[in-house]
Order: sequence, then C-alpha cells, then structure tokens
Amino acid sequence: MFLETILLAFRAIRRNALRSTLTALGIIIGVAAVTALVTIGNGTTQSVVSGVSRLGSNLLSVRSGEPGGAPGSARSTARPFNAADAAAIADQIGGVKAVAPIASAKVTSVVGNENWETSVAGTLNTYFEAGQWTLASGRLFTDGELHAGNPVCVVGETVRQHLFGKSDPIGQALRLQRIPCTVIGLLASKGAGAFGMDQDDIVIIPLRAFQRRIAGNVDVDFINVAARADTATAKVKRDVENLLRERRRIGTGQRDDFSVFDMTEISSTLSNITTVLTGLLSAVAAVSLLVGGIGIMNIMLVSVTERTREIGIRLAIGALRRQVLAQFLVEAVVLSLFGGLIGVAIGLSVAAAMAGWLNVPFVFEPTVVVGSFVFSGLVGVLFGYFPARRAANLNPIDALRHE
Amino acid sequence: MPSTGAVLIKLQDLARSYGQGSATVNALRGVSLDIAEGEFVAIMGPSGSGKSTCMNIMGCLDTPTGGHFYFRGLDVGALSNDQRALLRRHYIGFVFQGYNLLPRTSAIENVELPLIYRQMGARERRALALNAMRQVGLAGWENHAPNELSGGQQQRVAIARAIVTAPALLLADEPTGNLDTARSLEIMNLLIHLNRSEGITIVMVTHEPDMAAFAQRIVRFKDGEIETDQLNSKAA
Repeated sequence: MFLETILLAFRAIRRNALRSTLTALGIIIGVAAVTALVTIGNGTTQSVVSGVSRLGSNLLSVRSGEPGGAPGSARSTARPFNAADAAAIADQIGGVKAVAPIASAKVTSVVGNENWETSVAGTLNTYFEAGQWTLASGRLFTDGELHAGNPVCVVGETVRQHLFGKSDPIGQALRLQRIPCTVIGLLASKGAGAFGMDQDDIVIIPLRAFQRRIAGNVDVDFINVAARADTATAKVKRDVENLLRERRRIGTGQRDDFSVFDMTEISSTLSNITTVLTGLLSAVAAVSLLVGGIGIMNIMLVSVTERTREIGIRLAIGALRRQVLAQFLVEAVVLSLFGGLIGVAIGLSVAAAMAGWLNVPFVFEPTVVVGSFVFSGLVGVLFGYFPARRAANLNPIDALRHE
Repeated sequence: MPSTGAVLIKLQDLARSYGQGSATVNALRGVSLDIAEGEFVAIMGPSGSGKSTCMNIMGCLDTPTGGHFYFRGLDVGALSNDQRALLRRHYIGFVFQGYNLLPRTSAIENVELPLIYRQMGARERRALALNAMRQVGLAGWENHAPNELSGGQQQRVAIARAIVTAPALLLADEPTGNLDTARSLEIMNLLIHLNRSEGITIVMVTHEPDMAAFAQRIVRFKDGEIETDQLNSKAA
C-alpha cells in the first residue's frame, strides 16, 4: 500500500511536470543556498585555521606600538626593540622554545634581468624554529655567518619562482638593493597565511647583515616567541609583557607601547567569526526554504481543489480518510525531497566552483547534505499536512458533485 | 433472476434533514423500504423528491438524521466514518451519471482503483480488472484514457470499476442520463445481465420511464416520501 502511495505520488507529479518543477524550485533554491553557504563557510573556516597554524602554533608575536592594531598593520612610531630584548626573553622567561628577533623591510631583489619586490627579514636561526619552517634544500645560517653578518640568504618558494625560474638557486647570487648575497637555503612552501598574504614571498638574511647593510641601525621590528608545547601561551604572554614593560621602563598605570599577539587565540577567534558568519548566512538561506515550503502548500491546495472529484471518487469506492491524507502528504514530501535532492546537487556544484574561485578548500561534509535533505523532507510534511488534511476531510457527496 | 428473499437493504422510517431552525429542509420524511438480495429496483421521482438523498444513504456516503438504515442487518447509522468506508469498499459499487473516471488514467487503471484499496497484489488486480473489462464488453480498450473513449464506453468502464470487487449492491445514479437512446439501451442490457447472471442487487435512480421499465420494481418518490412502490410486470 505504501509503495502504491509513492507510485501514485510520482504519477501525480509527472502529470503536472512543469508545475511540479516550478513548485520544487523554491525548495531547490533554498537547499542549494544552504548547502553552498555551509560548504563554503566550512572551507573558509578550515582555510583560516590552517593558515594560522601554518604561522606556527604556540606562537606569540611581539610588536612595537600600542595594542589594538592588527598584526601586519603599519607599525607605529613607537620605540623599536633591539636584539637584547629578544635575548632577555629567551633567558628570563620559562616555557619558551625559540625567540626570534626580526627586522624587516620591503626590498627589490635582483637576479640577472629579473627583479622582484619582496620582504626581506633579518633574523636568527630561531626564526625557522618558531615559525615551524623546514628547508626544501640547502642549509640554515652558521653561527659564524650570524655573528659576522655575512651576506647569505635563505629564500622562500615564491621568490625562487620569480627570480630563479627552473634553475637551482642554491649557491647563486642575489642582489638586495646593491648588496650581493649568496643563496644558501630554500624554504619548503607554506602557502597563504591566515590573512591571505603569501608566506613564501620572503628572503631571510642574518639579523646583523640586515641591520648593518640594509637598515643602517640596530633596531628589531618584532620578536616571534614560540612557547613550548607543554606551556600555556597565555602565561608566556603575561611574562613577556611584564618583562618588556620593565625593560622599556613603563610605569604602572601607563599604557604598553608594544603588543603581544597570541596566534592560537587569533586562530580560534577567526574561526569563531567565520563559524558565526556561516551560521548567519545559512539561517538567511533557510528562510528561503520556508518560503519554498509555502509554495508547496500553495500548489498542493490548488491541486486538492482541482482534484476534488478524484478525491470524491476515491472516498466513494472505499478509501479511508487517512489513505487520502497519506496520498497528498506523500505527494508533498516526494515533491520537496525531489527539490532537496536537486538542491543539494546544485549547492555542492556551486560550492565546488566558488571554492576554486575564492581559493578556499572544498570541504564536503555529509551532515550538511543529509541535513538539507532531511530538512526539505520536513518542510514537505509541515506544509503538505494542511492541504492533505483538507483533501481527507472533504465530504464525498459534495466532492463528487464538484465541477 | 428472482430475488432470493433475503433482505439486503432495510430502510425503517428513514429521515434526513439539512440545516437548522426555520431553514431546515426535510429531504426525507419517514421512508420505509425493503430491498431483497438480487432485486433490480428503479427509483424515480422529480428533482428534490429525496431520491438522491436516499441513494447517498444507501451508498453509506451519508447518514440519516432519523430512523434506521440496515445493510444486511447492520445499522449503518451507528457506524463510524471509516467503518462506512470499509462497507463501501467491500460491498458497494457506484455508477454515476457523469461517469466520474479519473482523467489521464487508463481505463484498466480506473478499473483497478477499488482493488488498490483492498491491498491486492498487482497481478491479481490486473487479472480481475481485465475480467471486468471483458464483462462490460471493452476487451482491447484497456489502455485508453477516458478522453479517448465515447460516453457509452466511459460508462462501461465505470460499471467495470463498480463490479470489479464483486459487490453485493450496485448503485447507479442516472447511469444513462448523459447518453443517447442506443447507448442507454446497451447500458441497461449490461445492467440487466449483471443483475441476472452475477446476482448483483441493483438500485438505479432515473427519471426516464423507458429506463425504469427495465427494472423489476419501480419506487416513486415525492416530497421526501415514497409515493408508489410497485412490481414491474413489463420487466423482461
């Protein structure tokens, strides 16, 4: 009997193919929107989280300037740090794995006829440890090179592509402004960071080489501090703040003229934001699903009126009221599930296309698909019930006389 | 076939009124009538005489507001909606003036319809439906939709649908009302045949004396009451 009811529903839907399709369109659009938005949202969240974790987990970034600016924003005119600040953090604070003082600038680097504007960072070998960098080839700096400030450099993948093309960069010369510099290492690619910048677009040279030959001072622009895995970054952050206030002689009640960013914290904040945004957008899309449901109810009511005689005949030949109810309810549910199925397919296709476009990973999540599908079925039951009950409660005598 | 004498339908002081207060319309005002198994009864009367109301009650589509309607001794007025639906499903076939076939549905599927509600398997259903189509002389027309059939053929499909369940009672409401004389005679001969060879009790509402003349018994309604109830000596 149940199978018969489903077949009957299919037949009724096919009989009015155009109208059924238009009715299902509301559900199709709603489900497609929810599926696409949730999938893209999940992809974005994942991309942000993995971007931040690529910066290095348990990483604190200390910058000069008042707290409140975002990492990567223009540095204020506040007092810079120096190498001794970094050394003090490494010596005096427990739970610290690596401390890297960094001075950086945008510099045009040249190889032969090729030139490329990139950021050059002067730092120590601890930089690689703190940022969880690995070498694709070559080597890191020697103590001698670091101490003497020799013109040697480690380059990122993007720089290699632009300046060296297919040839092996190790041992080749690179000019930073007018300073010739030998490439000793190539970093393994990390890809885009959490804020969309290309982490591979970098040339790293010894801190002393940067200070002496490029900056012409002994400033350190920021300090990366990697906490040990067994240490809470919040505690390290507090200790670093206290130490730097002391070293920079900031009295109680005075505002810090530097800021410490906890990358883990930023990561979770960002992923929270994208999750909330995804939820919000999906809720808006879900409203269109409800509107689609009302479309189904509308058409089912029209259908019941149109088929009043048919209902009368069915009741006269012995259909129970609940059988007529089931017939129309199943019809509504089949219609909306059909819409849900197509909607999921469209939504996933759109999400896959958009993921390529927005450069975020396409995260296929079965719960989203199943959820949208079930939800569209529920919409069918919810909005199909009223018209179906109306059909079932028709008086057979009047229904048979209906024109 | 003469009646076997067992009472199929017993109307006892049957009344049916619509509306309330001063707007009350008494469609039936105390009708008593016995119809035996195997009878072919024609019900006649002018519009508003109560014959349709009486048919609806005999078809278990409506319930009386007074008196009793017994179907094989069962007081139908006391039954629930679903119980009456089951009674219709198993014992009663309907034929209407306007055929009332499902549009865009083949003849054979129309005939199968009552069997679907009996939860019968598809193969058995198809066999019974084919047999009913043969009985009404429409073998070969099974896959035609109603709009591809003439009025007479549509009414035959409707009759096949009514008898496919082998009902005890066939209620025909002006079955020839939309047909010309030749088609009408064909339908009447079919009904007579079903009455005699299958033993199906037939109650037919008509206002055409020519058609009523086929019945063994003619009951005339007037103003919600039975005016005359006589055996038809002319019946073939």
